[in-house]
Amino acid sequence: MSLLEIIDLRAKVGDREILKGINLTVKHGEVHAIMGPNGSGKSTLAGVLAGRELYEVTGGQVLLDGKDLLEMAPEDRAREGVFLAFQYPVEIPGVSNMYFLKAAVNQIRKHRGQEELDAMDFLNLVREKMQIMKMDQTLLNRPVNTGFSGGEKKRNEIFQMAVLEPKLAILDETDSGLDIDALRTVSGGVNAMRSPERGMIVVTHYQRLLNEIVPDYVHVLADGRLVKSGGKELALELEAGGYAALGIYDEEEAVGRV
Amino acid sequence: MSDSTQTIETFANQEYKWGFVTDIEADAIPRGLNEDVIRLISAKKNEPEWLLDWRLKAYRHWLDMEEPSWANVTYPPIDYQNIIYYAAPKTKTDAPKSLEEVDPELLKTYEKLGIPLKEQEMLAGVAVDAVFDSVSVATTFKEKLKAQGIIFCSFSEAVQEHPELVKKYLGSVVPASDNFFAALNSAVFSDGSFCYVPKGVRCPMELSTYFRINAKDTGQFERTLIVADEGAYVSYLEGCTAPMRDTNQLHAAVVELVALDHAQIKYSTVQNWYPGDKDGKGGIYNFVTKRGACRGVNSKISWTQVETGSAITWKYPSCLLIGENSVGEFYSVALTNNWQQADTGTKMIHIGKNTTSTIVSKGISAGHGQNTYRGGVKILKSATGARNYSQCDSLLLGDKCGAHTFPYLEVRNTSAQVEHEASTSKIGEDQIFYCRQRGISTEDAVSMIVHGFCKEVFRELPMEFAVEAQKLLGVSLEGSVG
Repeated sequence: MSLLEIIDLRAKVGDREILKGINLTVKHGEVHAIMGPNGSGKSTLAGVLAGRELYEVTGGQVLLDGKDLLEMAPEDRAREGVFLAFQYPVEIPGVSNMYFLKAAVNQIRKHRGQEELDAMDFLNLVREKMQIMKMDQTLLNRPVNTGFSGGEKKRNEIFQMAVLEPKLAILDETDSGLDIDALRTVSGGVNAMRSPERGMIVVTHYQRLLNEIVPDYVHVLADGRLVKSGGKELALELEAGGYAALGIYDEEEAVGRV
Repeated sequence: MSDSTQTIETFANQEYKWGFVTDIEADAIPRGLNEDVIRLISAKKNEPEWLLDWRLKAYRHWLDMEEPSWANVTYPPIDYQNIIYYAAPKTKTDAPKSLEEVDPELLKTYEKLGIPLKEQEMLAGVAVDAVFDSVSVATTFKEKLKAQGIIFCSFSEAVQEHPELVKKYLGSVVPASDNFFAALNSAVFSDGSFCYVPKGVRCPMELSTYFRINAKDTGQFERTLIVADEGAYVSYLEGCTAPMRDTNQLHAAVVELVALDHAQIKYSTVQNWYPGDKDGKGGIYNFVTKRGACRGVNSKISWTQVETGSAITWKYPSCLLIGENSVGEFYSVALTNNWQQADTGTKMIHIGKNTTSTIVSKGISAGHGQNTYRGGVKILKSATGARNYSQCDSLLLGDKCGAHTFPYLEVRNTSAQVEHEASTSKIGEDQIFYCRQRGISTEDAVSMIVHGFCKEVFRELPMEFAVEAQKLLGVSLEGSVG
C-alpha cells in the first residue's frame, strides 16, 4: 500500500478555487518535490494535507496508509504521523519549546498506545536530536519560536520533526529566508531523517534546496494542477529555463497575459 | 465562528462548581443600615466601647462619602438599605470551641470546597481560619502556632483576647475614612482573620483563610489584619467562593498588613466568588481595599492574586514603602469571561530611601469580559534611589472582550528609576493550528498558552495554591517539564 494517495483533490479559499484536481502517490521511502511559481497552490496543498481550516476541500480523496485523511482533525492527522514544517513557524510566547515539544511527543505516543515519556527520557531523546540540528541548548528553554531568527525558526521546525519522527513529512518552503550555511544544516537534518519507512513532500519555489535534499521525483504545480512530473533532472531543467520555458507564469503575470 | 474560537470560548465558560447552597439556619439581622444596626452588630460581638465608637465614626464618615465612579466598570446603583449586614450560621452553643462543636453541615460544605479543616487531615501544613457568611467558624492548628507565640484567630476573638494589638493596628494602614467601601466595611465588618507573628519568628506553616458567602442577600464585610513584628515571616493564603444566585451580592473587605523591621509578609489570594451566569445575571461585587505598610527597614510585602471570580472586581492591593530598603511586590492574574468586569491593579508608594517595587500583571479576557489594569507608582521626594519595574500583559480570547491599561506614574525624586512594559496579545487561530499540527488538541493548546502567559505569577504562589489556581483556569499541570 502507498503511504499517501491523493486522488483528484480540489480545494478553495472563499470563492476561489485553488486546487483543481491533484493526483499524487507517495510510496514509503520516497521524497517528492513539488515546485511551482508563486500562487500556483503549493502552500495550499501543504495546508490541506495538514488540515488547515482556512481551506475548504470541495472534492477528491486523500489516503494515508489507506486511512481517510480528510476525515481527521488536524491533531489526529499529526498523531497518525503527518508533520508539516511551516513556511512561517508560529510564535507562542510564554510556552517553552521544551514544554511544547514534550506535550506533542506524549500526545502522539498516547495515540500510538505507547507510554508517555518522563522528563528524563524526554531530555535524552531531545539532546541527541539537537546535536543533529546543531541547535543551541538554550533554544529549548526559550518560548516557542519567540524572538528566534528566521534560520533558528526553520531549524526548530526540522528539530521538531526529528523528535516527532513522522511517517509523512511535508516541508513548506523550508529554504525561504535561509542563508547557505543554514540551508545546509537544515537540509542535513532532513537527509538524516530519510528512511525506507518515511515519505517526504518538499514544497519549494527554488531549485537550490533540491541540490541539498535530492528528490526521487519532481512535480510542477501550476494553476492548481500537477502539469509535469519527472526525476530530479526536471528541477535542473526548471533552473536553467525557468518556469516560463514550460509555458508557466506566476499567477499575477499570467493574468496580465490573458 | 470557527471551531477553535468556539473551543476557546467553551474553555473559558467552564461551569462554576462551587455554586451550591448549604441548608443551614442563619441568625441574620433585618435589612438595612443605620446606627442601631451597627450597635447591634457590635453588641452581638460583645465589643468594647472604643470599637463601637470607631465603627460609628466610620459610619458617619461613610454617610458623607460618595461611591467612587472612576473605575472602568458599570453596574446598576446598589441599594445599601436592601442588604443584610450580618448573618451567622446558628449554632447550638454561642460559639464553637472546637471542631467537634461546629455544625456538621458546615463542615460538609468546607469538605466540598476541598478545604482541609480537620486537623488530622492537615498533612499539607496549612492552618485554616474559615469565615462563613459573617463569622469565623473554626481555626485549625491554633495550639501549635501558639507555642511559637503566633496568634492566628478570628478577628472577633482577637478583639476579645488581644484588644491592645487590635487597637494599635486596626485602621493604621487603611483608615476608616480611606474610601467609600473601606468606610462601609469599618462600620459593619463582622469578622475576619487576625494574625500576629512575634519578633524573630518564622511562621512554620502557611496560614489560610477561606471565605464563603452562603446566606442570600447578605453582604460579606470581613476584615483581615496581619502584623509581622521585627524579623518575622508569614505566608498567608486567602480563598473565596459563593453559591450561585441571580441577585448580586456585595463583598467589601479590608485587609491591612504591617511589616516591621526586616519582616516579610507574603499574601496570596485565589478569588473565585460566583461570577454570575452566562448572561451576566447575578454574581458578587468584589469591592475590596487591601494595603500593606512596610514600616520597617528591609521589610517586604508581596501580594499575589489570582482573580477568576466575581461579577465585578474593584481591588488594588497596595504597598506603602516607608522603611529604608523596603520592598513591595504585586503579582496578579485576573480572568474575566462572559460579562465579568475587573478593574484591578496596585499602588506602590515609595517613601523611604532605596525602596523597590515590582508589578507583574496578567489580564485575560474572554467572552464579553472587560479587564482593566490600573496601577499607580508614586515616588515621593524622600525616596532617594527608589526603583520600580512594572509589566502589564493582556491576553484576549475571542473578539468581543476588552483589555485596558491605566498606568499612573508620579516621580518626585530625580534619582528614581522607573520602568514600565506592556503588551497585548491574542490567542490566534494560527497558534492553535500550529499546536494541533503537532498533535496537541485545541483545548490543551489554549490551556498551554494561558498557563504560559500566567507562569510568572503562578510561580509566586505557594505550591498547593498554584495547583488550585491552575485548575481554576482549566489548566492541567500534566506534562510539565522542569
